[in-house]
Amino acid sequence: MSAILERTAAPDPQVKKNYLNADHTLASWLLTTDHKRIAVLYLIGVTVMFFLGSLAAAFVRFELTSPRGQILTHETYNKMFTAHGVIMIFFFLIPAVPAVLGNFLIPMMIGARDLAFPRLNLASWYVWTISAVIVLTGLIMGGVDTGWTFYTPLSSLYSNTQVSLVLVGLFLSGFSSIMTGVNFIATIHKMRAPGMTWFKLPLYVWSHYATSVIIILGTPVVAITLFLVVLERTFRIGIFSPELGGDPVLFQHLFWFYSHPAVYIMVLPAMGVISEVITCFSRRQIFGYRFVAMSSMAIAAIGFLVWGHHMYVSSQSVLQGLIFSLLSFLVAVPSAIKVFNWSLTMWRGSVQFSTPMIYALAFIGLFVIGGLTGLYLAAIDTDVHLTGTYFIVAHFHYVMVGGAILAFLGGIHFWWPKMFGKMYNEFWGRLSAMVIFLGFNFTFFPQFILGYLGMPRRYHVYYFAPEWQFYHVASSLGSTILGIGFLMPAFYLTASLLRKDNVAPANPWGAKGLEWENASSPPVTLNFESQPIVTENPYNYDPIEDTNKVRREAGLPEIPREDPDKEVHH
Amino acid sequence: MNIFKVLPVAPEQASERAFGYDLIFWTITILAVVFTILVFALVLALAVRYRRGSSADRRYPVYHSNGIEAVLTLVPLVLGLGIFAWSSADFVKFRQRPKESMEIFVIGKQWMWHLQHMNGIRENNELHIPVDTPITMTMISQDVIHAMYIPAFRVQYHVVPGRYTEMSFTATKPGRYKMLCAMHCGTQHSEMVGFVYVMSKSDYARWIEGGGNRYEPRAATMVAAGEQVWNRKACGNCHAGMDTVRGPTLNGIFNAQRRLTDGSTAKAAPDYLRESILLPWLRLTKGYETTMPAYKGQLTEEEVLQLIEYIKSNSNTSTSGSPQPYSAPGARTLPTPTHPENATNRANRYGSAGVTQSEEGAMNAR
Repeated sequence: MSAILERTAAPDPQVKKNYLNADHTLASWLLTTDHKRIAVLYLIGVTVMFFLGSLAAAFVRFELTSPRGQILTHETYNKMFTAHGVIMIFFFLIPAVPAVLGNFLIPMMIGARDLAFPRLNLASWYVWTISAVIVLTGLIMGGVDTGWTFYTPLSSLYSNTQVSLVLVGLFLSGFSSIMTGVNFIATIHKMRAPGMTWFKLPLYVWSHYATSVIIILGTPVVAITLFLVVLERTFRIGIFSPELGGDPVLFQHLFWFYSHPAVYIMVLPAMGVISEVITCFSRRQIFGYRFVAMSSMAIAAIGFLVWGHHMYVSSQSVLQGLIFSLLSFLVAVPSAIKVFNWSLTMWRGSVQFSTPMIYALAFIGLFVIGGLTGLYLAAIDTDVHLTGTYFIVAHFHYVMVGGAILAFLGGIHFWWPKMFGKMYNEFWGRLSAMVIFLGFNFTFFPQFILGYLGMPRRYHVYYFAPEWQFYHVASSLGSTILGIGFLMPAFYLTASLLRKDNVAPANPWGAKGLEWENASSPPVTLNFESQPIVTENPYNYDPIEDTNKVRREAGLPEIPREDPDKEVHH
Repeated sequence: MNIFKVLPVAPEQASERAFGYDLIFWTITILAVVFTILVFALVLALAVRYRRGSSADRRYPVYHSNGIEAVLTLVPLVLGLGIFAWSSADFVKFRQRPKESMEIFVIGKQWMWHLQHMNGIRENNELHIPVDTPITMTMISQDVIHAMYIPAFRVQYHVVPGRYTEMSFTATKPGRYKMLCAMHCGTQHSEMVGFVYVMSKSDYARWIEGGGNRYEPRAATMVAAGEQVWNRKACGNCHAGMDTVRGPTLNGIFNAQRRLTDGSTAKAAPDYLRESILLPWLRLTKGYETTMPAYKGQLTEEEVLQLIEYIKSNSNTSTSGSPQPYSAPGARTLPTPTHPENATNRANRYGSAGVTQSEEGAMNAR
């Protein structure tokens, strides 16, 4: 993108005012309407929630190392996996990429000073924080034992745990999502810089546009559904419980109508991150820009029509099941397109294995396995035996952890210098990516086998099938490695903030994009010092020059450029 | 020592459906492995060949190619549709009730499986069935949603409160197989576990003759138990051998089309019969008023199932399923209202003192 403001040297943070040091009071953080500061607030919040959710997972994995459990009662075990699911889904995966990276980057990528509604943005953080406090209160003072899916009538009439409080918290957290979604859509429509046409948008922005559409269409449905469960619990209004005249399967339809698209809320922004990272470290334009952009929109559209694949054996009719199965196979195609387009982006590029790139490549590997194992579950007949087992658990962790979390970490490493103006230790960064990749496969691959063997999910004990123990022990060992992998960035990223000798230049990766080329690291409060004007296509990198630079330094002959008279395939 | 015994990678195949299931499963697995290797190889090859500073030719990069995109769209689409068609065909077969099958009645409750054979034998968390015999489970839950899951048979279906669900299978190999609840149902979900014992036909016959391994048949058959409920609740007072002012006869109505007060029709299938017993006013037969009390809360799910089997037994099987003349007398006549003493005598004749209400209560107590 064309740079109006040329920046050659790193700004000296001691002198230069930026959004971080503009004001130091607590009030200036808690009352800020700066999208970048709100992103930092969210980053702190989701990090705390991630480690709380991981702690619950650690208990679950420890219990399962023995066929009779280790230290917890059934009741507490059930509360642990529910806490893990609720915290990770609603307070980490759904907000992580959008509310942290999306908040920070969308205005910067499109050349705007802030989001369209800065105060609504701050309100969304408060709503999110209050809902997180309510939910954590419920989870700690009593807990919930229904699983994060809250199936009725277990949740509405039979559970004697803090279901109502937690559901009220989740109801509230939905509003936080909706506020963010509305804000992103308005911003992307109305606040693009001069010259930033729709097809010049970075793909990260496209993926957030698709995500926001899902958020504002889907979240109200799940919010009201969870609230109806509260009404049934509290006032015994018959909606989902047959003994009050309701229909338990209705709950599943309403719940999955949101919660299936919610998978795409978690993974589409992650895909956006990958598009940015792969292009930057391949020094090349993305392969098939329009296909990648439109596949996000296709996923958003078809993603709304596949919820019934969670319910093949729930007593929905055979015809219904077949239709949902067909649509589920269709939604797999745009994801396949993306994977191949990312891979082909390295073709004739100049590939560097920096930390974010290793995370991105690990993402592709895990997402491919996660996506392909989805075929077993989209196929209605194979799903019959696998649904409700560890196969499902393994599958969605490959997509959610292997997909969303690896991309989130890749994105954090990519934009960390921009957000905080500091470089982290590259050796530890690469090592953490590889430890996470290994630990992840070690943890979750055995669970595919467990599921095929018939181990149902949410089982505390399995003394009737001791042959499953080997896989559980393997999985728990792997999760220890995975946990170490997740702790590493927490340490070296924090350390990078404390050190003084690692000031990041404005564009340490030599990346394209308004946030890199037109803004300092960290950016000033209003992002740009003058209004950027866009004239170039996104990802206008020069792989040949990039490689030749290295070759010149090494004293090697340069590789040839194309004949200037020859038409370039574009 | 067989390594697969200690470290199994696949569940046993013990039903008619299992082999076909595994065929699809492993076909998808081969496809998944091929594609995973393809992507990994592509990524590694490109990343290594075009690593920064390598001498690979980078002229004429391709940024867009409709041809490549078409291949990337069509290959997954065609393969996906192929798997869809194949698996759908098997699923449709799985959901079809065999023409002739042995019925098992399943009641799920927190946290046990309660199963009853047509001849009245009851089992808890155990099921004995003969090999090579189609089995149809009619299932309902007394509380929350459960899922009947028998991995070795590759079958699973939800057991839902408020509606009957059905699942059919044929076991092909004698042995003991896990029977699990696969839908989280509360505190002791992981203990809602039992076993299916598949027996040779002769072993099964002996087992039946002995009245089951562990359980005495307490009511003779499902039908006899239903008759006991019928008599205890004095259903015959209003539902006699022919239509009366108070109620229609129930002879011959099973699976027949019934005309309702609002002019519509309903098939007197088990779900409709259950509703008409528990909440009769929801869909009344044409010509009748809200005379019948609701039996909701007064009958257990088990008793309702037994009543339905009794009503079914009083339907002429040759005409069941086809519309019946509205007031046609059934092939058999339901007993006229019996004196409580007679009911006890009848139960005794079936070799059981009848399921007394206290026993019933104990069975259903959570």
